[in-house]
Amino acid sequence: MSDTTAAPDMLSWTCPAPLRDRPRVVMGHGGGGVMSAELVEQVFLPAFGQVAPGGLTDSAAVELGGARLAFSTDSFVVRPLFFPGGSIGDLAVNGTVNDLAMSGARAAYLSCGMILEEGVELATVGRVAEALGAAARTAGVRVVTGDTKVVEAGHGDGVYINTSGIGLIPPGVDLRPQRVVPGDVVVVSGAIGLHGVAILSERENLRFEVAIESDCAALGGLVEAMLAVTPDLHVLRDPTRGGLAASLNEIAAASGAGVVVQERAVPVPPPVASACAVLGLDPMYVANEGKLVAFVPRDQADAVLAAMRAHPLGAGAAIIGEAVADHPGMVVARTGLGGTRVVDMPLGEQLPRIC
Amino acid sequence: MKYIDEFQDPELAARLLDEIRATVTRPWALMEVCGGQTHSIIRHGLDQLLPDEIELIHGPGCPVCVTPLEVIDKALEIASRPDVIFCSFGDMLRVPGTGRDLFQVRGEGGDVRVVYSPLDALRIAEENPGREVVFFGIGFETTAPPNAMAVHQARARGIRNFSLLVSHVRVPPAIEAIMQSPQCRVQGFLAAGHVCSVMGTEEYPALAERFKVPIVVTGFEPLDILEGVRRTVRQLERGEHTVGNAYPRAVRPEGNPAARAMLDDVFEVTDRAWRGIGVILDSGWRLSERYRDHDAEHRFQVGDIATLEPAECRAGEVLQGLLKPHECEAFGTTCTPRTPLGATMVSSEGACAAYYLYRRLELPARAETTAPSLKESSVV
Repeated sequence: MSDTTAAPDMLSWTCPAPLRDRPRVVMGHGGGGVMSAELVEQVFLPAFGQVAPGGLTDSAAVELGGARLAFSTDSFVVRPLFFPGGSIGDLAVNGTVNDLAMSGARAAYLSCGMILEEGVELATVGRVAEALGAAARTAGVRVVTGDTKVVEAGHGDGVYINTSGIGLIPPGVDLRPQRVVPGDVVVVSGAIGLHGVAILSERENLRFEVAIESDCAALGGLVEAMLAVTPDLHVLRDPTRGGLAASLNEIAAASGAGVVVQERAVPVPPPVASACAVLGLDPMYVANEGKLVAFVPRDQADAVLAAMRAHPLGAGAAIIGEAVADHPGMVVARTGLGGTRVVDMPLGEQLPRIC
Repeated sequence: MKYIDEFQDPELAARLLDEIRATVTRPWALMEVCGGQTHSIIRHGLDQLLPDEIELIHGPGCPVCVTPLEVIDKALEIASRPDVIFCSFGDMLRVPGTGRDLFQVRGEGGDVRVVYSPLDALRIAEENPGREVVFFGIGFETTAPPNAMAVHQARARGIRNFSLLVSHVRVPPAIEAIMQSPQCRVQGFLAAGHVCSVMGTEEYPALAERFKVPIVVTGFEPLDILEGVRRTVRQLERGEHTVGNAYPRAVRPEGNPAARAMLDDVFEVTDRAWRGIGVILDSGWRLSERYRDHDAEHRFQVGDIATLEPAECRAGEVLQGLLKPHECEAFGTTCTPRTPLGATMVSSEGACAAYYLYRRLELPARAETTAPSLKESSVV
């Protein structure tokens, strides 16, 4: 080490100018966070004009011919196509079925739009289709219409799928973040972070001591079991892109309530915690594909929790926090050691840290 | 994997905090050197739990934050070339250069890939002999050895289309620079455990003696940090200034001899600019003459890219404890993680970003909310 280091004047330390607007789409626009929401709010909604109120939710509640329908669409561009615990075929069914379930609806019919890349093996397409069909049967939903397009080699990742779905919303069910009131109990249906870590470890060929499988599952049955206890659930969300943090922030922002989460009550399985620690990710922001988070009236919380735990997809359900009158629109975690921290809306995509 | 819960145990933490409270008799200012420690302190609320007498000053040890703007600009220039596959750790993709970042280069058609190891980049070079593969080699003593290994292997295996854009920095010269500043308030250091796991502790006794400061090698989990604080405060209260090791499960005095040998083989010490700080003599590494043909800066002739950094941000004051992040007028208004004015807001390990992400509850309501406004939904 040099002994001739000039003493720096720390007051003169300077910083760079900021990066402001992006002229092009970047991956963060699809990350389910702030950038995704802004893209919809600033580009799509003004252009589309007349959209249903609540047009930023994953599933719209609409009335048609006297029936109350939930209507949802989702596109699936996952890589790899097959991963521990599922495949793009499973996701294509469960993703849309779960969006409908978050409106309280049991999915009835799906459409399936396949976008295939020139050169992909038909056997692969067949396996995807088989998985999709099996997932639909498990979820109790029928694929009734579809479309196929082929793009030139190099213009897709083998198979992209879009599914849309409709289902009936039962009478008396009104699931909206605006119904959340201070005192509501926050319940999550089980272990978080499994899907995101499973995909990442498969995609990047990261091998952990314990194999982590996606939690990909259809939640319609679990939601029915919860609604059977009380149709007065206030809001449900499936914390997919952006994870639990994004869902809680969306609900807090839309309801005007604050949310407090007890960090140690959040069910993070040890393999997920370890993988996230290695990669510098926060499990609260990691995607799930078979979990829901519910805001439940306090006097119904124990009964709803018991009903969830009696269902195979809710066996690991846990109360993780509550809605509060303080810090409106903000999610705050009480840390395991007794401190507090803000749990922010993710900006774009979580990025693995350097060290 | 074990050893996460064990080092976040509330009862043990309470015991350590009691011991720290019983030891402290007056105010002390400690600097945690590493951004990972800053992140852990703020994320777990350790600063809220420590006695008021202990002030934690957040050091410059965030590899993303301190990479100079001109190096980012060189990366953007190289990554924009059609014959290049540019590989980087994930968190460098969002760091702004002049007007763009690597995400944007990718959006414009550049082949920018996130990898988890420089050896992944080497494999990509092997699989793409017709293209140039460049790995963005930034960071401290922790990330330098694998990068050195990648270059060493490229040479040994004759993989000529692999090169490294190097901006490695070293901790001890930064500590020296901080202690030499006339405004310095730091009275004790929590040294970066992972850096010492590579380099050992041999470089620190001279610093501790010269500047009369205790330096305690500290890990990253909450209990590690509390133990580091406890030992540092105990030394300060006794008027001692030695080098301690509160991270013995990862750090030996000699460090990792194989990694150090690899560093000595591939790199040589050089002056380095630190973003937000300026040039610190002998504070970094570059590829040694023998490996110069694997140096992306030479290969792509970007050595003359020089970027002036406008003085719009007060990170320097933050880094020496003269200013808390939220006391800066730009904090949460013109300067957010999305639009960082400066180094300390760039990465989640920067002090300003950690305050913004985790501490807005206790801060003045200047910080903009980032949650999207969801409209009232109803049945139509």
